[in-house]
Amino acid sequence: MVKKNKRYFDKSEEKPSEDATDINSDKIITFDISDIKPKHFNKKKKQQNNPIVRKKTVNPKYRGKVPVSKELLNKYSQGKGANINGVRTIVHQKKLEKKEHDIKLATEIAARAEILLTEESGFLEADDGETTTQFTQKQIVDSVDITSAAKQFDLSLDFGPYKSRYTRNGRHLVLGGKKGHVAAFDWVTKKLHCEFNVMESVHDVCFLHVETMMAVAQKDWVYIYDNQGIELHCIKRLNKVTRMEFLPYHFLLSACSDEGYLSWLDVSIGKLVSQLNTRLGRLSMLAQNPWNAILCVGHAKGVVSMWSPNSREPLAKMLCHKAPITALHVDPSGMYMATSASNRELKIWDVRNLNGPLQDYKLVTAANHLNFSQKKMLGVGMGNVVEVYRDCCTNSAKKPYLRHRFVTSIESLNFCPYEDVLGVSTSRGFTSLLVPGSGEPNFDGLEANPFQTKSQRREAEVKSLLEKIQPELITLQPTAIGEVDVASLKDKVEARNKLLFIKPKKIDYQPRNKAKGKGGTVNMHKNKKILQGEAKKEFISNTKDLLPKFEQPRKVKPQEKPFNILERFVPKKPKV
Amino acid sequence: MKVKVISRNPDEYLRETKHDIHKVPRNYDPDLHPLQSAREYVRALNATKLERVFAKPFIGNLDGHRDGVSSLTKHPKRLSVLLSGAFDGEIRVWDLPSRDCIREFTAHNGIVRGISYTTQCDHFITVGDDKTIKTWKASKPQYGEEEEPVNTVLSKTVLTGISHHKDKGHFATSGEVCQIWDETRNEPIKTFSWGVDSLHDICFNPIEMNTLATCASDRSVILYDMRESEPLRKVVMKLRTNKMAWNPMEAYSFTCANEDYNLYTFDTRNLKQPVNVHMDHVSAVTYVDYSPTGKEFVSGSYDKSIRIFEVDKGHSREIYHTKRMQRLTCVQWTLDSKYILSGSDEMNIRIWKARASEKLGPLKPREKTALHYSEALKEKYASHPQIKRISRHRNVPKHIFNAQRELRTIKDKDKRREANRRAHTKPGEVPYVPERQKHVLKDQK
Repeated sequence: MVKKNKRYFDKSEEKPSEDATDINSDKIITFDISDIKPKHFNKKKKQQNNPIVRKKTVNPKYRGKVPVSKELLNKYSQGKGANINGVRTIVHQKKLEKKEHDIKLATEIAARAEILLTEESGFLEADDGETTTQFTQKQIVDSVDITSAAKQFDLSLDFGPYKSRYTRNGRHLVLGGKKGHVAAFDWVTKKLHCEFNVMESVHDVCFLHVETMMAVAQKDWVYIYDNQGIELHCIKRLNKVTRMEFLPYHFLLSACSDEGYLSWLDVSIGKLVSQLNTRLGRLSMLAQNPWNAILCVGHAKGVVSMWSPNSREPLAKMLCHKAPITALHVDPSGMYMATSASNRELKIWDVRNLNGPLQDYKLVTAANHLNFSQKKMLGVGMGNVVEVYRDCCTNSAKKPYLRHRFVTSIESLNFCPYEDVLGVSTSRGFTSLLVPGSGEPNFDGLEANPFQTKSQRREAEVKSLLEKIQPELITLQPTAIGEVDVASLKDKVEARNKLLFIKPKKIDYQPRNKAKGKGGTVNMHKNKKILQGEAKKEFISNTKDLLPKFEQPRKVKPQEKPFNILERFVPKKPKV
Repeated sequence: MKVKVISRNPDEYLRETKHDIHKVPRNYDPDLHPLQSAREYVRALNATKLERVFAKPFIGNLDGHRDGVSSLTKHPKRLSVLLSGAFDGEIRVWDLPSRDCIREFTAHNGIVRGISYTTQCDHFITVGDDKTIKTWKASKPQYGEEEEPVNTVLSKTVLTGISHHKDKGHFATSGEVCQIWDETRNEPIKTFSWGVDSLHDICFNPIEMNTLATCASDRSVILYDMRESEPLRKVVMKLRTNKMAWNPMEAYSFTCANEDYNLYTFDTRNLKQPVNVHMDHVSAVTYVDYSPTGKEFVSGSYDKSIRIFEVDKGHSREIYHTKRMQRLTCVQWTLDSKYILSGSDEMNIRIWKARASEKLGPLKPREKTALHYSEALKEKYASHPQIKRISRHRNVPKHIFNAQRELRTIKDKDKRREANRRAHTKPGEVPYVPERQKHVLKDQK
C-alpha cells in the first residue's frame, strides 16, 4: 500500500538510490602521481596540499540549467567582444576578461528570461488543400474570440481620403481626412477623444510622444492639437508639409514638404533643430529607421536618400529602382527596408549594409503603400487591394499571406503595434483588419504600455524627457557612441608627441653651380643660413596653430586704469 | 483552419487595487529597445551631472575651542566620540551626533601635541609642550570632582607626538628621541635614537602591531621594531615629511604627507622609491589619515584645502574647501568610513561627507538599485570627454587656482628645459628619470 503522504517524486523504497550510497560511503579517490602533469604542479600549488580530491556527485536527473540555444543567444548578443590578447598588462587583461564575462552572463540571463514571457504570438494555419490567402476577414472574425473580433471594425466617413496613425503603444488612433476632419480615439474601447474639422485640407497626422498631443499637417502649416482638439501650437516654420514622422527618443517631429525641405523640430523645447533643402524635388514619402532614427526619403528618380539633422548632404543615397519610387518603409528592428516603384517592382533591402536587394518582387500593380509589422510581415497597398506577405525578407514569398479588397482606393496603411491588427484608411473611411501573427505579443512596460494609466503616462513622459537623446547623436551607426574612436585617438596622441619638443627639419640646400667668381663659399653659406632661418620661422608659426590650446600661453588682458573723476577735464585727443 | 490572434486579458496587466504598485511586464528583446547605447550615454551623462548637483559635502562644524585645533583623535570603538586638543592646551570631548561638547578642560601648559586612547578605551593619554605625559579618565568626572589626570609623567625631553600600541599596554612618544613607555611605569622602557635630529610624528602600525614609524626633521622617515634595540630603516627624502599614516588594511604600506606639496605611498619592503606619488596640493601637506577600507586617504594641507586620494591614483578625486577654513592642522577619517573630520587654525572642527554627493540616511531598495545602476553607467562611460570633464571639474578658490597655474608653468618649464638639454646633448647623457625616483635621496639600514 502506498502511504498517503507520499510524494510522487519520492523514490520507491526497495531500490535505494546509488547516489545516496555514494555520498554515505565517502569513497576516497586517490590519484597516481604519474597522472598529474608537471605543468599543473608549477601553476597550481594548491594541488600539492590536498592531493585527495573528492569526486563531485552529479545527479543525472538535475544537471544544472538547460543550455540556452545559440539562436536565442545570438538574438540578445551585444557583439563579438573585445580581443583580450591585445592588452599589454595582466591586470588590465584580467579586468577586461571580467567585463567580457559579465556581458556574456547578462546576455545569457536576458535570453533565459524569455521563458517568462506570458503571451504567445498569433497565427493562421491553413488545412490541407487550403491557402491562408483564401480566408476572408469574415471567416477569421467568426473563428476568434469575441474581444479579438471586436478589433475588426469599419468606419465609413465622408471627409476622405483619410490618413491614420497609431500611438507607439498601439492603443490610440488618429484619423485625418483630406477635407479637414480630424478625430482621435481609443480604438480598443472605441472611446472618442475628440473630433473636429480644421476647415482646411489635412495632409498628414501624427501623434507626438504621448496620446494627448498630435500634429496635423494642414494646408499651409503644421498645427499641434491636444486630445480635446484644442489648438496648442501653429508651427509656421513647417509649411506645405506632406508627411511627418515622430522620432520618440529624440523628441523630434520630422517633416518633409512639398517644396523639397526636410525639417526636424524638437517638440520638447520648441526649437527647429535643422531644416534643409534636399534639392531633390517634391517630397511625398518619408520613413524613419527606428534602429538609428535616420529618415529615409523616396524620390521620383528612383533614389532613396537617408538624412540626419547633422549634415546638409544625405548620409547615403541608394538607387533602388529605375522608375519613380511610390512607397517605402523600414521594419521596426531597422534591418530591412521595402521600396516599391511605379514599374510594379517591390524590393527588400538590408539597410545596415546598404548593398544589393535581398528580395526582388514583381507585383501585379504598383504598390502605393508599404508597411512592416513588428513581426516583419509586410503590408502592401495596391489600388484598392491590400496584401500581407509573411517571411518576405529572407525568403522569397510566393503567395500573399492575406488579401483584402476594398471598394475605394487605399490612402494609408499601418500595422498596430502589439496587436494583430492592420489599420487601413481609404478614401471612404477606415477599416481595421485582423492579421494573425503580425504583432509583438509581449510588450515592455517601460518602453510602450498599452495598458498605461494616466499616472504611468505622466511618469513615463518625465523619464523619457530626462533620457532625451540629443540630435547630434543621430548617425548611421547608433552604437558608435559606445566604441573607442581608435583612429582619432591615435592621431591625437601622435600629433601631440610629434609637436612637443621637435626640432625643425634642416633643409637640404644644394647651391646652383654659378660662374666662377660670382658665388664663393661665404655667400653660399650665407644663403643657406637665410633659407634655414626662414624655414625655422615658418615651422614655429605652423606649430603654434597646431598645438593644443592649453599649452599655448594665456593672453593676459592689459588692465585698464580706473577712470578718475578729474580725467574728464583731460582733452580726449592731444591737439596737434 | 487554425487561427489565434493576440488577445490580452486586462486583469493580468492592471493592478487589482489602488494600493498595489503598477504591473510592469518586461521584454528584453533588443528590437523593442532601440538606440540602447545612446540612451545609456544620456543616462550616464545625467547621472554625472546629478552627482555634481548633489555634491554638498559640508555637514557642520564643532565650535568651541578658543585657539587653533592642534590634534584630533577618534575613539577606536565608538563612532560618536571625538577628542580634540588645541594650541592653548585645552582638550575637548565631543558628541558627534548632537555636535555638543560634553567635556572640556585645560590639560597642558602650551600646545597639546597628541592624544591617544588606551587599548581598553577607559583612559586617554595626552602629551603637550610642557614635557608632560598625562593620563586621563575617558569618563566624565562626577559632579563636584575636579578634572585631574590619573597619572602625570614628566619627560626629560620635548614631546611632539604619541601613538598607542593596538593590543598591549605600551605607547610610544616622539621628541628628541623615540621612547616606548609602559602604562604602569613612569620611565620609558626603551629609547631609540638615530642621529641627533628631532622627531615630530610617530605612528604604530595597526596590523604588524610591534612596528612603528616616525618622521624626523632630517627629512627622513624611520621605521622601528619595538622588540629590537635599534631602529630598522630610514628613508631620506628631498623635503621634510610632516605626518605619516599606516594603511589599516595592508601591513606593509604607509603614506607620508610631505612638505613638497606631495604625498608618497611607500611599501616597507622596498623603500628605494615610493609606490605612488600623489600630487595636487599647492602647498605643504600637513596631515594624512587613511579610510578604514584602506583604499583611500584624506589629506589636509597648508593651502586651506582637504583632498581625498585613492591609494593607487596619482591625483585626488575630491577637494573640500570653504571660505572660512584656514590652514589645516589635522584631518581624520571616521571609522564608519562615511565622514571626514578636519581641524584647522581658525578654532573650528568641521564635519564633511567622505563621498560628497552621497545621500545620508537609509535608502529604499529601489533607490539603492537606481544608484547602483547609475554608478555602473558612470563607470562605463567615464572616459567620454563630456562626462569626464563634468565629473572632474571642481571650482577651487582663487589662490589655489592661481597656485595651480603657477606650478603648472614651472613644471612645463622644467620639462621643456630638460627636453631641450636632451635634444642638444649626446643621447643618453640626460636620462629619463621617472617621477617616483626623483624624491627619495637614500634608503639606509
